[in-house]
Amino acid sequence: MAQEFITTRREEAQGFLERMVSRGLGWARKYSLFTYPFATACCGMEFMSISGARYDIARFGAEFPRFSPRQADMLMVIGTINLKQAPILKRVYEQMAEPKWVVAFGVCASSGGFYDNYAVLQGIDKIIPVDVYIPGCPPRPEQVLDGLILLQEKIQAQSHKLIDRHPPAPETVRPAGRDLLIGGTK
Amino acid sequence: MPDNHEIADTSAVGALDAPLPRKTMSINMGPSHPASHGTVRFNIELDGENIVKLDPEIGFLHRGFEKSCENVTWQQCLPYTDRLNYVSALCNNFGFLTAIEKLAGIEIPERAKYIRTIGAEIHRLCDHLTCVGAMGMELGGFAPFLYAVEARELLWDRIAELTGARVTTSFGRIGGVERDLPEGWVQKVEDTLVKVEEFRHEIDELLTHNRIFIDRTRGTGVLSAEDAVDFGFTGPMLRASGVDYDVRKAHPYWVYDRVQFRVPLGTTGDNFDRYYMRMAEMEESISILRQCFAQMQPGPHIVDDWRFVLPPKPQVYSTIEGVIGHFKLIMEGVKIPKGECYSFTESPNGELGWYLVSDGSGRPYKVHCRAPGIQMVGALEHMVKGSLLPDLIPTFDAINMIGGEVEQ
Amino acid sequence: MSEFALQRVAERFPDAVVQGYAYRGDETLVIQREHLVEVARFCKDDPELDLKLPLSVTCVDFIDEKPRFELVYTLYSITKKHHLRLKVRVGEDDPTVPSTISVWRGMDWWERYCWDMYGIRFSDRGPMKRLWMYEEFEGHPLRKDFPLRGRQPLIPEADIQDIYRGPGPGPGSPPASRSNPPRPSQLPIVK
Repeated sequence: MAQEFITTRREEAQGFLERMVSRGLGWARKYSLFTYPFATACCGMEFMSISGARYDIARFGAEFPRFSPRQADMLMVIGTINLKQAPILKRVYEQMAEPKWVVAFGVCASSGGFYDNYAVLQGIDKIIPVDVYIPGCPPRPEQVLDGLILLQEKIQAQSHKLIDRHPPAPETVRPAGRDLLIGGTK
Repeated sequence: MPDNHEIADTSAVGALDAPLPRKTMSINMGPSHPASHGTVRFNIELDGENIVKLDPEIGFLHRGFEKSCENVTWQQCLPYTDRLNYVSALCNNFGFLTAIEKLAGIEIPERAKYIRTIGAEIHRLCDHLTCVGAMGMELGGFAPFLYAVEARELLWDRIAELTGARVTTSFGRIGGVERDLPEGWVQKVEDTLVKVEEFRHEIDELLTHNRIFIDRTRGTGVLSAEDAVDFGFTGPMLRASGVDYDVRKAHPYWVYDRVQFRVPLGTTGDNFDRYYMRMAEMEESISILRQCFAQMQPGPHIVDDWRFVLPPKPQVYSTIEGVIGHFKLIMEGVKIPKGECYSFTESPNGELGWYLVSDGSGRPYKVHCRAPGIQMVGALEHMVKGSLLPDLIPTFDAINMIGGEVEQ
Repeated sequence: MSEFALQRVAERFPDAVVQGYAYRGDETLVIQREHLVEVARFCKDDPELDLKLPLSVTCVDFIDEKPRFELVYTLYSITKKHHLRLKVRVGEDDPTVPSTISVWRGMDWWERYCWDMYGIRFSDRGPMKRLWMYEEFEGHPLRKDFPLRGRQPLIPEADIQDIYRGPGPGPGSPPASRSNPPRPSQLPIVK
């Protein structure tokens, strides 16, 4: 924080409390990540590997995949997202409740990979904000766990305000186009 | 908007005694669903718990494989082919290269054929382990999945030593394979196979005589032999219905005519038979691998023709022919003579066909992959119509639809 | 693949067969589109041919030739162990072909793929739905004049520029090889 301002003792005290709370919340959140594995493609194989017994993601606390966006806090986008899948990904992201983090698993999710063509979304950061990018095609499980540790450090370092004096503006833009989640045989 | 269909009531006896009018319920098993491997969307109409109509919608993993291949050279297509059936990438790679070699009229050396067979069988094991493990997991048993994943990890360690990558290998080159087997690799694979057999035995013990598994899979998703042929099924799905067609026996390629193996055949064409096909084929694959190791002789691993194969590095760096040969192969691509061909191999899911059209330049004109899974997902409605919704799950798992190949 | 299959169909349908040849061991018959269903049914029902397993239908776009599209049907017989390839040429002005799903049900999704990717219509079957692309997509991607990078996003995307671009062609730049002239699908998209 580069600004100069005079702190009163009340603000200093609040700063201390906020830091303590942030650290506690960060600790709790980073060791209990509930993953929503939005698995599409080959990277899904490596996701199966890290869920397995050898590269155990459970020891990082991120054991349970929660297949409902309402119950998950880490959206792991595993594999290529193409333009048909993009509205669904965005919908799933919007349905998740705060706090939520997004991990782009693999190069196809990070940037489109080597599929620079008419069908593939060139990186999920074009539609949702991403916290950690894990490159690799597919990334080795060790690389994924490294990405997970980076995410955990990021979560630990997040600060939380006790009183939010300036809440963010609600998102008013609804994505246009066919509502792909309403089903029915046509 | 979902349609509501009235079910005709033909036994009306009076207004008060008439059965209640029923409507079918349309639900959407969406593209991101835990029980659908890969991203498939099912629009299902249910009458109670029975499936009246099922419409699978795919396309959520379409990555423009054919179009991408048309814009790069023949060798550069190889990584795209890995990602088709990504659980058994070597089978895709070698199938594609076999098609190119057929079109170009190249004969690969013996050792390359053995290495290709070995690679394909190891990845066949991986694919079957994944399918069986996932099937167990979907039906509620997490333990078979963990055993399958561990067995797969052991095999992937060997594949990583051979090719450099675990999943998407891009091994194999036009005219042979990229490199020869590493020192001591054969012995390591023999040891790994012993462990994989143990894991396979564990999964067998857990699932094959398991009351719940049998209840869920016996009698569900039944498809008769004629229907299976009419729909274009190949591979374990077809053999489960009793039709004896295995490309490795019918049209042997590489070294399959020199190894002894049996082809398991099912009787009823239901999901249990399909699962059991895969378990039995795993045993046969292990036996094929052992025979290959016993029979293999040292020799060149790639054909020595600079029109198709990169010249050896010492010559690239010292002779002008080497430099030019290398340059032309990389910049313009391997020049495959003009023409077309259809070539097919037995991938773990069925017959993987390649239809290639070449216009004589270094880039493909058309690369068409006949993926075994497409017709199977198309026939899904026929297989589960009238049965319960939970019967869809083992049927869909038994198909082993790999999104990469069905949606290319 | 068998010579015998070629002769048998050619004897039975002399006016349907335009050309029959074998290349690299693959027997191929080029037939007229009007007779496609008859020939297909004969291939399936004839006890000597017994081509009951439909492998695939695909289409090749010969943009410089007329007629432009060539549909390729690959069939197999499990009992006789032979393949046969049937080819039908259709032009761009009337890309309609009779559907063979009445002969083999397995051709259903492959025909949808031909419609989706090339725009070939199949008559005598219900309305065609796209297989891989979404319904809002306009155009048929695998045609040679469709640009490789012709993306049509469904939802608005943030415009993130490449921070660093290494050597090699990127979106909008010409292809690397000088000796191969760029195909229409490789040219940059000019909106």
